[in-house]
Amino acid sequence: MIMFWATLLAVSILLYVLLDGFDLGVGILFGMTGSETRRSAMLAAVAPNWDGNETWLVVTAVILWGAFPVAYAGLLPAFYLPLLVMLAGLILRGVAFEYRNKTERMRWIWDLSFAGGSFAAAFIQGLTVGALVEGLPWANGHYAGGDFGWFTPYAALCGIGLCLGYALLGASWLVKKCDGDVREAAYRLLPYLSAGLLIFLIVVFIYSLSEHLEVMDMWFERPYLFVFPMIGAMAAVLLAFSVRYRWDEVPYLMVTVIFLCAFGTLALSFWPYMIPFVLTIEESAAPQSSLAFMFWGEGLFVFPLMLFYTAISYSVFRGKVRSAPRNY
Amino acid sequence: MDTTALLLSRIQFAFTISFHIIFPAFSIGLAAWLTILEALHLKTGRPAYRVLFEFWLKIFGVAFGLGVVSGVVMAFQFGTNWSVLSKMSGPIQGPLLSYETFTAFALEASFFGVLLFGRSRVPAWFYLFSTAMVALGTTLSAFWIMVNNTWMQVPVGYVVQNGVFVPDDWTKIVLNPVVWVRFPHMMLAAYLTGAFCVAATGAWYLLRNKYHAEARIMLGMGLFLAAVLVPIQIFFGHLAGDYVHEYQRPKFAAIEGRWHDEQPAGEVLIAIPDPAAETNNFEIKIPVLGSLIASMSFTSKEVGLTDFPPQDRPPVVIPFFTFRIMVGCGLIMLAIAWLGSYLSLRNRIERNRFVLWLVFLSFPLPFIAVLTGWYTAEVGRQPWVVYGVLRTADAMTPFLTAREAGVSLVVFCAIYALIFSFGIFYINRLLRAGPAGHLIEPASAAVPNRPMSVAHHALSSGTSYIDDGESP
Repeated sequence: MIMFWATLLAVSILLYVLLDGFDLGVGILFGMTGSETRRSAMLAAVAPNWDGNETWLVVTAVILWGAFPVAYAGLLPAFYLPLLVMLAGLILRGVAFEYRNKTERMRWIWDLSFAGGSFAAAFIQGLTVGALVEGLPWANGHYAGGDFGWFTPYAALCGIGLCLGYALLGASWLVKKCDGDVREAAYRLLPYLSAGLLIFLIVVFIYSLSEHLEVMDMWFERPYLFVFPMIGAMAAVLLAFSVRYRWDEVPYLMVTVIFLCAFGTLALSFWPYMIPFVLTIEESAAPQSSLAFMFWGEGLFVFPLMLFYTAISYSVFRGKVRSAPRNY
Repeated sequence: MDTTALLLSRIQFAFTISFHIIFPAFSIGLAAWLTILEALHLKTGRPAYRVLFEFWLKIFGVAFGLGVVSGVVMAFQFGTNWSVLSKMSGPIQGPLLSYETFTAFALEASFFGVLLFGRSRVPAWFYLFSTAMVALGTTLSAFWIMVNNTWMQVPVGYVVQNGVFVPDDWTKIVLNPVVWVRFPHMMLAAYLTGAFCVAATGAWYLLRNKYHAEARIMLGMGLFLAAVLVPIQIFFGHLAGDYVHEYQRPKFAAIEGRWHDEQPAGEVLIAIPDPAAETNNFEIKIPVLGSLIASMSFTSKEVGLTDFPPQDRPPVVIPFFTFRIMVGCGLIMLAIAWLGSYLSLRNRIERNRFVLWLVFLSFPLPFIAVLTGWYTAEVGRQPWVVYGVLRTADAMTPFLTAREAGVSLVVFCAIYALIFSFGIFYINRLLRAGPAGHLIEPASAAVPNRPMSVAHHALSSGTSYIDDGESP
């Protein structure tokens, strides 16, 4: 039961990162272009799906609460201020979808909140992961770092890294969904973003080695983990080819594979901890009666159904969104 | 523990949840109304239904969006500010809220995308189905929230092990009879909110002599629905009072403004409770009615607040007044709905500007009733967060600082004020622009794969007609 929910938690986080990752990434890229034609095409590429994508964040939060209440109660207050910033970002970018089309004069407010909110949310998510990898200040069974105990240069670096990663996902999504100008611009960005991400990964790796992060021990104990970077590297090569030869469908897939590898590496190097080195998955799990109640209903039946809705909604909106000149 | 942080956290929770509930209360009703409109359009083919659908869909879009973004906050706030509660009741509240997310959110989000952007990409029956699925999603969401909140009001089906509430009977938790009073009470409140907003919009257009066909449909359907539902709602409200009387006697006494035991008990209609002196000032009271309402008896003894030690009593003033405001709104709504329906049946309402004004001005009433009803329930539950077993003061994150709580409160207030004022501003503009007499057709042009982008569709369907007029 515990394993089932740990797996589902991992799947939900992964789906969140892959799906909301591209629309947050599009949000970040949105801030880097000034043209209204491009902007509206970029929004169009994510508008029908962003809400469903963000649902996976809530799914993650409630699985954590329902199945691992000790981890939920331990982690959330630890990241009090970062989560506040993330929620503020998600709110502002969420309403921007509805609001920006209702105004001409004040559109800049919502454009700013869409780009800024996307960036803030992505940065905080990366920062959180970084802080967890580095290890949170912990005493007597709870967080003991004060208001800013989560902030370290390493965590901030991971925040920037995830922004790059999401921007990469976003660019590869635009290549897949858009035409013309937007597609070209995204293709031009892809090499820079990939190079940026690669540099980030190298820096993180060196830093982790030099700081003797405990996570690194996990790596040397479990050498099979190196499979992931290998697969990731192959995906990166294919990504380069697909950019070179303009295979529109391929970049998003390859970036997905790279994310999968990064995620697999992280998940397995956290194992068996929920909060690294202070709380294991077993220790944080809810009583059997809670896990079973969740399993027999939502786990067994509703979860597949949710995947099915998600698939329906993506299949209804498959294909390219064209950035035609606006007729006014 | 930091008492300032506690106070700030309580204010923050009250503020964010109050802000949130406004939108579900509105959008649950609207989703049902949209489903009915789409079904009527498919069945009769009358274009007015389609026009109304497109019109209300835009308003629904704004309300739904605000509901979604303010709802995400709630999923985190339990953990950030109330970590002791999250840990202790996580094994019960966590699974209940996870059922909400699993059964409702994914359904709503996926099919809402189809509603907004998919009209021309899917067959007509599937579009209707999508509308119904969004309505179903909002209903399921309300259901799980009511199960969760009811467990906090009347905790059942659990044992305490190692300081944690361990569920031992889920059927008791989910099928708690109290849920089946409070869930319908909430749903009816949401339908009434939708009905009054729709009727008020119709009345407003008639007053301004515009959009007659659509306005008449809105006014008639809204008023008739309300005329039927308000009495049912009052009945469920009475049943909700019965559960409070049975399980939460201090709350009941606070609502009634009853300080001392009485036999038979009177009913305080209005007064100004004075908690320090444990008495009411300026009291207007009807003898015996209190016993009749509480126990259906002319002789029953009803308990007063002074039976309970001060640390176990809820604050009196807030539940006392919020309850009366809620009931007052309910009675005014009943009068308006019946008067309006009567005139409507006799075809006299359109000439009666006074009643049209009444109906138009009635739209805030259901919102006020929803909010004050929730205040009665939640403030009346104090000083407990889980009734009788966990105090609010003991539920807070132990290491939360006043600085953190203060910052978050200010940030949420600022952001909500911003998005709320723009939301109201845009809804108001959509309402002013009114349902167009013609069908706007970028819906079909908006299909990706065609030479017009979804964004443009989003733009033209999202922009008010006034703006469309400016852009030939």
